[in-house]
Amino acid sequence: MFAFIIRRITQAIFVMLIISMVGFAIKNKIGDPVRDLVGERVTAEERAIIRDRLGLNDSFTAQYVRFLGNVAKGDLGQSFFYKKPALDVIVGKAPATLELVFGAALIIVLVSMPLGVYTALKPRSFMSRFVMGFSTLGVSMPVFLTAIMLIYIFGVNLHWLPSYGRGETVDLFGNGWWQTGFLTTDGLIHLILPCISLASIMLPLFIRLIRSEMMEVLETEYIKYAWAKGLSPMRIWLVHAFKNTLLPVVTVFGVQIGIMFAFTILTETVFQWQGMGYMFLEAVERSDISLLIAYLIVVGSVFVMVNTLVDILYGFINPTVRIAGRK
Amino acid sequence: MKKMMMLVLGLFMVMSVGFSANAKTITVGLDADPVSLDIHVQLSGGMLQLSHWCFDPLVRWTKEMTFEPRLATSWERINEYRMRFHLRKGVKFHSGNTFTAKDVKWTFDRMRNSVDYKGLIEPFVGIAIVDDYTVDIITAKPYALLLNMATYFFAMDSAFYTGMDENGQPKDAIVKIGPSFALNNASGTGPFTVTSREHGVKVVFERFKDYWDTNSPGNVDKMVITPIKEDATRVAALLSGDVDFITPVPPQDFKRIESDPNVKLVTCNGGRIITLQMNQERRPEFKDVRVRQAMVYAINNAGIVSKIMKGTATVAAQQGPEGYAGYKPELTPRYDLAKAKALMKEAGLEKGFECTMIAPNNRYVNDEKIAEATVQMLAKINIKVNLKTMPKAQYWDEFDARAADIQMIGWHSDTEDSGNFTEFLMMCADKATGYGQYNSGLYCNKRVDELTLAAQSEVDLVKRADLLKEIEQILYDEAAFIPFHWQNHSYAGKKELGIAPVINSMNFPYFGDMVVE
Repeated sequence: MFAFIIRRITQAIFVMLIISMVGFAIKNKIGDPVRDLVGERVTAEERAIIRDRLGLNDSFTAQYVRFLGNVAKGDLGQSFFYKKPALDVIVGKAPATLELVFGAALIIVLVSMPLGVYTALKPRSFMSRFVMGFSTLGVSMPVFLTAIMLIYIFGVNLHWLPSYGRGETVDLFGNGWWQTGFLTTDGLIHLILPCISLASIMLPLFIRLIRSEMMEVLETEYIKYAWAKGLSPMRIWLVHAFKNTLLPVVTVFGVQIGIMFAFTILTETVFQWQGMGYMFLEAVERSDISLLIAYLIVVGSVFVMVNTLVDILYGFINPTVRIAGRK
Repeated sequence: MKKMMMLVLGLFMVMSVGFSANAKTITVGLDADPVSLDIHVQLSGGMLQLSHWCFDPLVRWTKEMTFEPRLATSWERINEYRMRFHLRKGVKFHSGNTFTAKDVKWTFDRMRNSVDYKGLIEPFVGIAIVDDYTVDIITAKPYALLLNMATYFFAMDSAFYTGMDENGQPKDAIVKIGPSFALNNASGTGPFTVTSREHGVKVVFERFKDYWDTNSPGNVDKMVITPIKEDATRVAALLSGDVDFITPVPPQDFKRIESDPNVKLVTCNGGRIITLQMNQERRPEFKDVRVRQAMVYAINNAGIVSKIMKGTATVAAQQGPEGYAGYKPELTPRYDLAKAKALMKEAGLEKGFECTMIAPNNRYVNDEKIAEATVQMLAKINIKVNLKTMPKAQYWDEFDARAADIQMIGWHSDTEDSGNFTEFLMMCADKATGYGQYNSGLYCNKRVDELTLAAQSEVDLVKRADLLKEIEQILYDEAAFIPFHWQNHSYAGKKELGIAPVINSMNFPYFGDMVVE
């Protein structure tokens, strides 16, 4: 078991090295960060001096080795734009993204469950047909389009909801890090449109998933038996059938949440939501390369760590995984 | 369920009305927020806007392009090299310190340490303090643009920026990357103090209670600046009432804003010229003046202004716009396709040729669309252009490397004077002197160089204007570049905001003087 864990961790480190190397390889293609730091009058020579001071003129290997050395010390570099450590910037932006994903996940859970169950129980009703039709539309519409449409309908034309930003936020832990929008009215109304947009990608999928799982379960022997026994329909549907539907749904949900983080880049840009996704896209435009690499490292390491942990847990639960890995 | 939703939404509406009743606070949506509170860290439009909100210059530009006394109350020429400025008395900095001549000198000396400003203040020898409220500004050569430059001489609070910060770094250090005292602290004499700042999220300003300019009609007590980079989102934010003022306004949304009764659109002529440079070394055909002229004749720049810019630009045929010293009204746009074809034939190139072109796609208003239109227009005289557009982060390296035969560049004169265009764009490129730094076409005419240098030290403004006009004429005749237009500045805001009186062609909205009804 010990050897297995060591092997998994070594693999994880190897993956991280590859991620950092890929990040480093593309960084020179994104543009010159010094351009964004100086005015148009500054001469090429002066820019070269700044580049020199930043160590951008060193060879690839020299820069990479220096970077690895700093990472070992917990330093992911300085963001050119924010003028502070890149890690601080990313950690500071994380709460906004987490709240957006949480809000969207909440909407998905609250809407997909009743609709999924309903469409499974009454597949021929007008309402079900409408929901299924609408969900096809939803799944085929890109998220930025949904977002812009929502802004124009509810923000610009009806003036019901704000069109951008996070609104009023309050400090959650008293140290200024986690600014939450969930505890103020203004913050909550600012959450509505971005969360709906983000949820719109996954919502149709879950309605369909719950529906098909539920329909399958409704055909099983034990449900038929329950009918025969004369149990009340509500009890059969919600306690016996729905409970068993949930298992695969929860598994898929876990995977999809990760994918949702990727979609935050688009949602956050349209709504100018001050989270990690927006920060990432801005960093690309400003060629804030040290922030970009730090972002790749942070997001990469979160994924790698979670996967490694899961693998190790599997090893404990199912010993055959370990044996298969043995030479 | 539906009723419930309507009820909740209705409630929110009532509440949001309650918020906006809080008068004299304005929320401003800009495409970017100031990169720092240190006004010398970068020389850019955004930083100069901030300078006018938190600091005051000796003099500033008015809407009519005249000079308005700010920290200097009056000035007079002592001799060709020296101008005396009498400073305003009783002016307080945000820190409570009193403003004196020493602050003017200190701030000027600080500019020498700024990579961005040191080139700008090169004509100056320095500032001599005569007494507490009088300074002399001294130049190395006779210099006609001294007052133009005095608009850059903001006063920083020298006592406030002296000493060491908590990191053991001098408080006056100008740091491009990494923390510095001036990055997050500012003390000027300007109408607003910064109360909080989160870079990339928002900056909150409050009116300075001891502001010296008690005649200013401005009544904005609090101002919140938020960067909203996406054009569509910025417009939506204004239309939905989330912000009170936005700039810039994308041309495609002008109609939408004008049709909304709650908001208004205000535009103002600007001085940024958009041009194409034709590289004569990469492409020998461009050495032939007839080919260059043919290209200028082939470009329907009036059409571009009306169709692509939706009328929010002024068609150009020379570098400096009207109001600048070198402006020559006789130089008019010259779109004439027949003439263009004739010139190509004369040059023996009626079959045309193929060439490359690059342009940015996020630097100037509709830059990519202008470039695409150019390709179609030049195709009519059989010049096949292979266009490549790219974001500005990548563009400038390619531009410097002269990577294509035709390259787009826009330029706004720092000094609001015609000479500056020629110095950077049209003088023979020379690494040693730094002239022609952005002359990627490698156009070179010794006469133009001579005239530009002569204009620099000519103090007689009439003679100087003649020199500058001659330059424009030569560049026009030789078709040294392809002119498109001068970009207008565009602003939009709620009806109750007094926008028109505070804007100007420099794109420095003087929010300190803004009146909100």
